[in-house]
Parts: sequence; C-alpha cells; structure tokens
Amino acid sequence: MTIGIEHYVTVSSILFVLGVLGIFLNRKNVIVILMAIELILLAVNINLVAFSAFLGDLTGQVFAMFVLTVAAGEAAIGLAILVLYFRDRGTIAVDDVSQMKG
Amino acid sequence: MITVLSFYLFALLTILSGAMVISARNPVHSVLWLIMAFFNAAGLMVLLGAEFIAMLLVIVYVGAVAVLFLFVVMMLNIDFSELRAGFIKHFPLGLLLAAVLLAEVLIGLGAIGEGGIKLGVADGSAAVPADTSNIEAVGLLLYSKYLFLFEVAGILLLVAMVGAIVLTHRKRGGVRGQIISRQNARRPDEATVNVSPEVGKGVKL
Repeated sequence: MTIGIEHYVTVSSILFVLGVLGIFLNRKNVIVILMAIELILLAVNINLVAFSAFLGDLTGQVFAMFVLTVAAGEAAIGLAILVLYFRDRGTIAVDDVSQMKG
Repeated sequence: MITVLSFYLFALLTILSGAMVISARNPVHSVLWLIMAFFNAAGLMVLLGAEFIAMLLVIVYVGAVAVLFLFVVMMLNIDFSELRAGFIKHFPLGLLLAAVLLAEVLIGLGAIGEGGIKLGVADGSAAVPADTSNIEAVGLLLYSKYLFLFEVAGILLLVAMVGAIVLTHRKRGGVRGQIISRQNARRPDEATVNVSPEVGKGVKL
C-alpha cells in the first residue's frame, strides 16, 4: 500500500472544510476567524506541496512560500486592526462592525 | 510501511488539531492546537520531500504568527464566553454546508481518479535537478526564474510591517519626552546660581 496524491488532497480538503466551518461557527470571535483562515491557507499549502512533489515540479513549493508570505502579512495586519478595534470599543464582537463610520 | 504509518499519524493529528482549533472554548487553547496542526502539516511536507517548506512552516507559523496570536489573545481582556453565543445556533447549518463542500471536493477527486479528465502535466521547466538537495533546488529556482516575485514578496512584508506599525502606534498625552536640542543648548551659568545665605536664614529656591 502506497500513499498517493489522493491521500494528501483528501487531508488538505478536510482541513480546508474545517477552516470554512470554523468561520461559520465562530461568527462573533474575530481571533478564531483569523485562525480558521490560517487553517485554510495551510490546507492550500499542503495541496501545493503535494502536487509539486508528485509532479516533480518545484514551482508548487515556491508558490507555497509566497502563500506563507501573504499569510504572515495578513495575520499581522488583521491583528493590528483587531487591536485598534478593541481599543475603540472594548470588545471584539464583529456583529456591530457595520456601525463603524469614518 | 513506516511512511504509510507516519502519513496516517500526521494526517490524523493535523485534522484533529484543526477540529480542536475551531471548537476549543478558550482561544489560548485554539492557538496551541493551531501550533500542533502546523507541526503535523510540517511532518506531512517532510514526508513529501519538501524539507525547506516544512521548516519554513515551523519557523514562520509557529515562531511568528502563532506567537503573535498568543500575544493578542492574552493582551486583550476579552470575555470569550459572550462571543460563543451563536456557536450552537450556527452548528447544524454550518455542519451541513461543510458536509456539502467536502462531498463536492471528494466527488471531484473521485471523478479525476476515474480518468477521462485531462490534468496538466509539468512542462519540465522547474523539474527537480538531479543530486541536489531540496533547499538547493528551491533556491536555484527562487533566485533565477522567480527572482522578481521573490522581491515583490519582500516588499509585501515591508508594507505589512509598516501598516501594522502605523495602525497600532499612538501618541500618548502627558508623556515627558527628551528634547535633545534644548538639552544641548543648556549652559552651566543659566542652570546654576551661587548664593551665600545669612546665618539662620534659609535659601529661597
């Protein structure tokens, strides 16, 4: 029995769906939503690296690195906005973000 | 055999940790489960022979992103029980949507496995060179073919850093800062006075 590309793609799709489910379940908590987005990006990275390894083409790994870069930047900016929002309102419940103006 | 066993170990632990990330009551636990998920995903990537990306995952995600999350979770004083209010309410619909999404992806995967759908094949322009280690091969590609993209990624990180600092930096009132020019312009004769008080009398300051 050998491990093929399908195994890796299955793992990554389950992880992706878990990330989407996390966004649905924790609608109020931005921190967990950001973590769920990290899970989704991790699933994408597993997919890219798996295809790169099984096709013998290194482009996937290079692109996984770029996805990593974007994920790091996104987490930094997202958490900065979160800190700013918390300072302003004293809570991180995202239901009433729509009340923000200016 | 050991490869198969370790694949199932890493895959199961990754998925379990992912499930715990989204269902843990305490966000600190969520962050710790996220670290666990990243470590196991790095293990999966080592199994695939992509050691560079695996180590990058551990260093960047666990070392930087997860620690940033921990800092923010612990810095903000948040009542998390209040934020979990909609969890049970959204659970059935969320689970249904997730099941549909997963079924769609897996059906697509099965359809490809059946054959008949032509997938692209690698054109060989980024093929793994013979007898080079993974990091060497990635470096050769990154610093030649993808040099421009690599630099753009660096600029992206710079912009993210500047943006995060600009967003969170604040001027505090009532803080006594140092004014170096005034400090340097101060002479001894304007800073000190020579007085000779009479006996029994004080000095007015």
